[in-house]
Amino acid sequence: MISSSKAAPLLASRSFRISLCATILGIVSIAVAASAGPRFGLLLLIGGGMGATLEGLGFGFAGPWRRLILVRNPSGFLAQIMSMALVALVAFPLLEGHPTELTGAHAPVGFAMVAGAYVFGICMQLLLGCGSGTLVNAGSGNLVAILALPFFAIGSFLGSFHLSWWTSLGSLSVITVSGTNGLLFTLAGLGVLGGLAILIGEKRKLSVPPHLWCAALIIAALALLHLVVAGQPWGVVYGLGLWAAKGVIAVGADVSLSSFWSAPAHQTGLYSSILTDVTSLTNLGLMAGAAFVTFCRGGFTASQQTLTPTIWVSSVVAGFLLGYSSRLAFGCNVGAFFSGITTGSLHGWVWFLCAFAGSFAGISIRNRLGMGR
Amino acid sequence: MMVTRWHAVLLLLVMMAAVFVADAMSSAPLDPYRAPPLFALGSGKAPSGAHCTVVVGTDM
Repeated sequence: MISSSKAAPLLASRSFRISLCATILGIVSIAVAASAGPRFGLLLLIGGGMGATLEGLGFGFAGPWRRLILVRNPSGFLAQIMSMALVALVAFPLLEGHPTELTGAHAPVGFAMVAGAYVFGICMQLLLGCGSGTLVNAGSGNLVAILALPFFAIGSFLGSFHLSWWTSLGSLSVITVSGTNGLLFTLAGLGVLGGLAILIGEKRKLSVPPHLWCAALIIAALALLHLVVAGQPWGVVYGLGLWAAKGVIAVGADVSLSSFWSAPAHQTGLYSSILTDVTSLTNLGLMAGAAFVTFCRGGFTASQQTLTPTIWVSSVVAGFLLGYSSRLAFGCNVGAFFSGITTGSLHGWVWFLCAFAGSFAGISIRNRLGMGR
Repeated sequence: MMVTRWHAVLLLLVMMAAVFVADAMSSAPLDPYRAPPLFALGSGKAPSGAHCTVVVGTDM
């Protein structure tokens, strides 16, 4: 048994902290596997790996877009493109060869989808976090993200609740590309995005640091493992909406008034444990992975930034709108942008264009509100 | 009192505990014997999980 006088220096050891966190994540994943099923335990572990990679290696979405726009630094964006190209290279043949077992992140382009992606782009810059970013920031103890998270979930739930009305405003059918031609189209598109980022970027900022290459590789591997295990690509937003829906049911409200939540597929989710919901598990893993990295770094003792009333209000509003808009847009930076594009959905490309345009507006609004750059 | 990231994470844990309580109130008990296979690939079964891109329930 470790005495308290010995435990303190032991906890200060970084290698001990890493071992402790890996053991905890392993034990919890095994417990989930034993009680819910092995697939669900593995999904929690995959989410944990993603969270640890995003937090530990500084891979993200909102931040790199901001750096590309503000200081013409394309390195983080290029790492995203590289990661997506790697996923597409494997995902396209997998989806083509196993259409009954695997599905892509395919959704229609429509008026609400376009507007939703634009609003999401604005809000991800106001909050300095997107779908995955908010979860990772929350896990690392960022008070702004933790404040925004419940409103993100409520927004996602209400966006789902109203989704049928929004899509009735006008929408194309689901348009996808597949097979070798689809893969070539996707790789060419990603190449164009990467080329444009290099053109925009300052010459001395073009090199991508090794840790970002490493993160791009790990995220690509974990995203592919997610596809193979779950049969569907990585997503974030659905799980958050489901958590809010569970809260609404717990207080006695009836969510079956919504055509979305009354659909049999969603009713199953509402009355099954979140430990059997794919996006809930990876979301929990994202937060846990980020928390463990922060703990290993000794980052939890850091003081919080002073929150001004502007930051409080904007966190709540931006959090809510992130959730609401991402449901109209059929996903966030993960479900629509990363997973949509890498599995051949046109809506992923449209999402990117709209959200990137929204990011320009979001950065401008952030400056006007005096929230810093 | 200085507010650190520990305090924020404690708040997050309380929030997540509330989610798990709400979940336990409405969910059927877990049954690992009816769980899907470890890998969807090669299982011969269609994926059953929901995703942000799902259009079921949107009249589309």
